[in-house]
Amino acid sequence: MTTTSPTANVEELAKISNQIRKKVLNMVYKAQSGHLGGSFSATDLITVLYFNEMNVDPEDPASPGRDRLVPSKGHCAPAIYVALAMRGFIDPSSLYDLRQAGCMLQGHPCMKSVEGIDISTGSLGHGLSIGVGMALGSEISGIDFHVYVLLGDGELNEGQNWEAAMSAAKHSLGNLTAIVDRNRVQLDGPTEEIMPLEPLLEKWQAFNWKTREIDGHDPADIKKGFVWAKGNRDIPSVLIANTVKGKGVSFMENSHLWHGKPPSQAEYEAALQELGGDSNE
Amino acid sequence: MNKLVSMREAYGNALLELGETNPKVVVLDSDISNSSKTVYFGQRYPERFFNFGIQEANMMDVAAGMATTGLIPFTNTFSFLATLRAGEQIRTSIAYNSLNVKIIGSYSGLSDSYDGASHQSVFDIAVMRSMPNMNVVAPCDSVETAQVIKAVAEIPAPFYIRLCRNELPVFFDEGYEFVLGKARKAREGRDVTLVVTGIMLHRALQAADELEADGIHCRILHVPSLKPIDSDAITQAAEETGALVSIEEHSILGGLGGAVAEVITSTFPAPLERVGIPDVFAESGDYYELLDKYGMSRQDIIAAAKKALKRKHP
Repeated sequence: MTTTSPTANVEELAKISNQIRKKVLNMVYKAQSGHLGGSFSATDLITVLYFNEMNVDPEDPASPGRDRLVPSKGHCAPAIYVALAMRGFIDPSSLYDLRQAGCMLQGHPCMKSVEGIDISTGSLGHGLSIGVGMALGSEISGIDFHVYVLLGDGELNEGQNWEAAMSAAKHSLGNLTAIVDRNRVQLDGPTEEIMPLEPLLEKWQAFNWKTREIDGHDPADIKKGFVWAKGNRDIPSVLIANTVKGKGVSFMENSHLWHGKPPSQAEYEAALQELGGDSNE
Repeated sequence: MNKLVSMREAYGNALLELGETNPKVVVLDSDISNSSKTVYFGQRYPERFFNFGIQEANMMDVAAGMATTGLIPFTNTFSFLATLRAGEQIRTSIAYNSLNVKIIGSYSGLSDSYDGASHQSVFDIAVMRSMPNMNVVAPCDSVETAQVIKAVAEIPAPFYIRLCRNELPVFFDEGYEFVLGKARKAREGRDVTLVVTGIMLHRALQAADELEADGIHCRILHVPSLKPIDSDAITQAAEETGALVSIEEHSILGGLGGAVAEVITSTFPAPLERVGIPDVFAESGDYYELLDKYGMSRQDIIAAAKKALKRKHP
């Protein structure tokens, strides 16, 4: 793997996403532990963030002026780790030690062990509040950066998100963009059965946020969404990214059963074939 | 009788001073600023003051986010809400990442006495002490409160600081300096050691006077720093006096008593009696009446000291 330019075009972005999905599949298969469904639904969003959108530098990973990503749905950690490796933040050889004792890559993102992770997450419902704190930090210290919070949709069951939404609007945080990975499936089943979220756009609007729906698997549409969000001065923005849980592997798509299950050897081989074969290309 | 001074006022004024000297200090409150006295900071430094309304969980994670950008947030709410409602936020975002957030627990112990058991905080030390990376401090008076606030602002680590709602007798003069991890001998004695934290110092001193009249010479070890705790001073007390009494305005489970027991079981086992709230919820009432009723009277301390003495190894 090589360090890729952070201004990749749409075709390159699609290719990177495919590479990330294959690596994630390999990592979770080898570890026999991890979350494929929610990693695959968020992969294209993560790709655009790391390869087109965010101002981050592997040579200076703790730069005060860098953009921040709060991976609030921390179970998509494998996809983030691959993106960090491809951007040169971490050693690619560490990827296959995912979730192993004594190794760097924790099951959920840990800022203490991985350069490029801006905050540890994993327990759901914290990220938007943390993003509010970072965005306020930018304003107070006068260091200009943008804060992106990647939220799961099931995660929005947690009431703290709505506390955070209220406080972001109170403080007119134009430097804060939330992205909801709207894959419509949570651990136990469809979101609208487990704990209905709709009307979701209207909920955010009622909390005085700017809202926009995007195709969370179309790099061009994701890019447009970020341009739009950054154009909203003095008001926080949310992108509702319509996605497919398990995207890219037909038998994993839209199924809650693939939330946190590792694949068997047969499933792994079938999945890898659907993603285009050899993971070591 | 020592002069009575409000711990909250001392805290509010200490924050105000910090605001002047340290531009990185920010103050977050959850709709109790008029009572916690962070209102002073808020009026002077409105651009560094954030009122979250009644959102303790959100406030705690916002503080974590701010700390990642180099600010030094002080969060303010009832101590039971900080440590329990927002306890998971403290664990996951602040303690796990060892972020530089100062968590101020107001109205700790029974000090929100008239509001009753719903508002009282009697197991916050046990909760906070068990979190890795977390430091826990309980000052005893207004002077120590001001010193603690000043000191912790200089230490880039998470802190839980336990404050009392009331006016309290002042023991220390302005020259006092708080040192994290250090206990202080408030009285010398060889028969038994009263190990005390927070506002109970006053009653421990009174009890020691009465015991002295009975010919029992108490050492008093004042322990503002509950974590890290001064293991050396506690071990030395066990060795030199041979019997200990822990005294705290907290459940007898998991607080100072637990901490002292943990130290001496592995260094110098000695009889230990624990003065504190038994494993019950208290009720509404006058603060000092409740302290008496729930196991923390002067007589409770005296009885515990005598019991510890009786159990002393020959």
